[in-house]
Amino acid sequence: MSSDNKARREDGPSRRRAAPLDTSPASIDPELRHEIGDVRDLMGRLQNVAEAGFFGPADAADRSFDANRRLDSLADPLDHTEPLDLGVWTAEDTTKFLRMQLLIRSVEDRLGKMVEAGDIVCPVHLAIGQEAPPTGISHWLTPNDRVFGAHRSHGHYLGLGGNVYQLFAEVLGRADGCSRGMGGSMHLYSPEVGFQGSVPIVAATVPVAVGAALAAKKDGSPVVAVAYFGDGAVEEGGVHESLNLAAQMKLPVLFVCENNLYASHMDIAQRQPNDRTARIAEAHSVTTAVIDGNDVIAVAEAAGDLIHNARCGNGPGYLEAVTYRWRGHVGPDENIDVGLRRSPEELAAWKQRDPVSRLQTAMIARGDISADQAAGFTEEISAEVAEAATRAYDAPWPDQNALLDYVYVNNRD
Amino acid sequence: MDGSIITAEATNYGNAVREGFRHLLAEHEDVFAIGQGLWSPWYVGSSMTDLDREFGTERIMDTPVSENACTGAAIGASLFGYRPIVIHPRIDFMLLATDQIVNQASKWAHMLGGQVSPAVTIRGIVNRGGEQGAQHSQALHSWYAHIPGLRVVMPATPADARDLLIASVLSDQPALYIDNRWLYEREAELPPSRDVDLDKQGPQILRAGEDITLVGSGYATWLCEQAADILAADGIDCEVIDLRVLNPFDGAEIAHSVERTGRLVAVDDGWSTCGLSAEIIASAAERVSPDAYKSRPSRITLPDAPAPTSRVLEEAYYPTVETVVEAVRASVAD
Repeated sequence: MSSDNKARREDGPSRRRAAPLDTSPASIDPELRHEIGDVRDLMGRLQNVAEAGFFGPADAADRSFDANRRLDSLADPLDHTEPLDLGVWTAEDTTKFLRMQLLIRSVEDRLGKMVEAGDIVCPVHLAIGQEAPPTGISHWLTPNDRVFGAHRSHGHYLGLGGNVYQLFAEVLGRADGCSRGMGGSMHLYSPEVGFQGSVPIVAATVPVAVGAALAAKKDGSPVVAVAYFGDGAVEEGGVHESLNLAAQMKLPVLFVCENNLYASHMDIAQRQPNDRTARIAEAHSVTTAVIDGNDVIAVAEAAGDLIHNARCGNGPGYLEAVTYRWRGHVGPDENIDVGLRRSPEELAAWKQRDPVSRLQTAMIARGDISADQAAGFTEEISAEVAEAATRAYDAPWPDQNALLDYVYVNNRD
Repeated sequence: MDGSIITAEATNYGNAVREGFRHLLAEHEDVFAIGQGLWSPWYVGSSMTDLDREFGTERIMDTPVSENACTGAAIGASLFGYRPIVIHPRIDFMLLATDQIVNQASKWAHMLGGQVSPAVTIRGIVNRGGEQGAQHSQALHSWYAHIPGLRVVMPATPADARDLLIASVLSDQPALYIDNRWLYEREAELPPSRDVDLDKQGPQILRAGEDITLVGSGYATWLCEQAADILAADGIDCEVIDLRVLNPFDGAEIAHSVERTGRLVAVDDGWSTCGLSAEIIASAAERVSPDAYKSRPSRITLPDAPAPTSRVLEEAYYPTVETVVEAVRASVAD
């Protein structure tokens, strides 16, 4: 079992804090309006992990900006393959993390099979292999936080607690879908869990998330906005504009780059001179953390740090989670040899660096669960997912009126 | 209305825009303005003068040079209880925010099942001439009027400069408000400001007439009004319709008018192809029986070229009152 922080984030033990992290609710803002219950619960969670000293310095001035620094071993599938270091995280937390990742994987796998069966026509961009980032990040979020995604956002939606049946119904184009069948896989909406919208134009929701953070700041509220995007999105000008704006206005937004080394068929090596996208955030004076995105514990710790900073009014954060998608850009096919670094050997290596099995192995070793219980989770979740998918096939279709009725709507209705 | 005497105050279009902002900022605490040049004395003419002093820089926010992200941020804030107005000192610059306007704001409600609407107003200013050239001159209302889900308004009068701004901002739907610097000196007397409902706004007959229908929007409407005054002296009685709302487009008023007059000149200070002038003529063509026409519909637009800088070319480029007068005479003679 891995022994130290160094394996999962690039900065190692030197990032332990000099001063204790202030986790009292009052550290957020004296003028809390309506989130105080949820925030206190979050602060409790933060307390446990902070006491073990896993968070790095909050002050961006502590961090030197080296534009030539690269991902190095974080992008090496032969590294970071050991079971996770569970640290001070409780069995209750790890069980929650495992079950959520199993759920995301099961739903995505099911969707892939539905595509193969010809039941789904809508393009689906599957997140198998990338289950850890939304799982770890969502741990710190409440339904009042404001999460935005992109085309590969089923995991972002599910990680917040988004309804599984409504996701299947949406991808099938049914009226029971989370977007009433009007959006399909790439336009999801579930405000009751804090998922405020995903759209497929790359990087388009990043400025929108910044605006959601601006609104929160104007309200004096401790809620944060989260913008999920990939390594391709950082090539869009809008991301640079958004980083600058958020830094300049000190907005409570977490930028999450799930760097899976690909934009469609193109390897990052063919698109950017450096594979470490965090350099862009640093260039815009935004605090960063770069971690193994297949380690839900590392994700949770880094995210907790940055999200807490944002809630306290210290401005935006950028979390780069290095990961890899097991399936192709779109659909269930594995895209073997589509672009660089997708040989069968490479894909097999990345599957060894599996966020789910690394967590599960560590949990069993520590005694959080037994092997039987782990198998039980998988079975139970698969059954739940199958039931939801089956039910979604019978969901009603949208009315013809839906074509025109939703063009102009009022928020008051 | 409570029956008390309503006093009207003399003002002009530019000041009326500012009055619209003042009304909104004073009466609605969820309103704020965001955009480039708002703290500058020259970027937006008289339309924002001293608003930052009166309401503070948190409600009048000048921004980095990031049209795309600032428009997206306004959309984001509009999803969470605010009514932002994102201001682009020129429509030409607003193009950099077209993804946010067309792909995001306009479609957000529909894509997400009608469950939320971005209550954002985007203000694009037409600010042309003065030898500024091609990228400081465009009136692109036709492009944006083409997009379902986006309200587009273009005020021609000081009253509308104020009231259509208020209506746009108070609407829950994304709205593009386009004002024109060439109208800023236009004078009128206005009653006190009040809230306005965008759903109740549409084309208006500014001047009733029997001989010919002139249809315009924004600055083009003013050209029509002035031409009508000149032509009246020659016994040609023009009906002038101000469109005011371009999206959703309502052609009924135009059709009713053309049924009576039998003649139509569409005036648009944008380009010709696939533009507003084509929509005006189409709306009459598809509703009005061919028997009703006394002459062929015609249109006045910019020539098919980008705006020049040299003043002699500028003089040839932009339609004038005379251009409209000549077109009407030609139609009457046809």
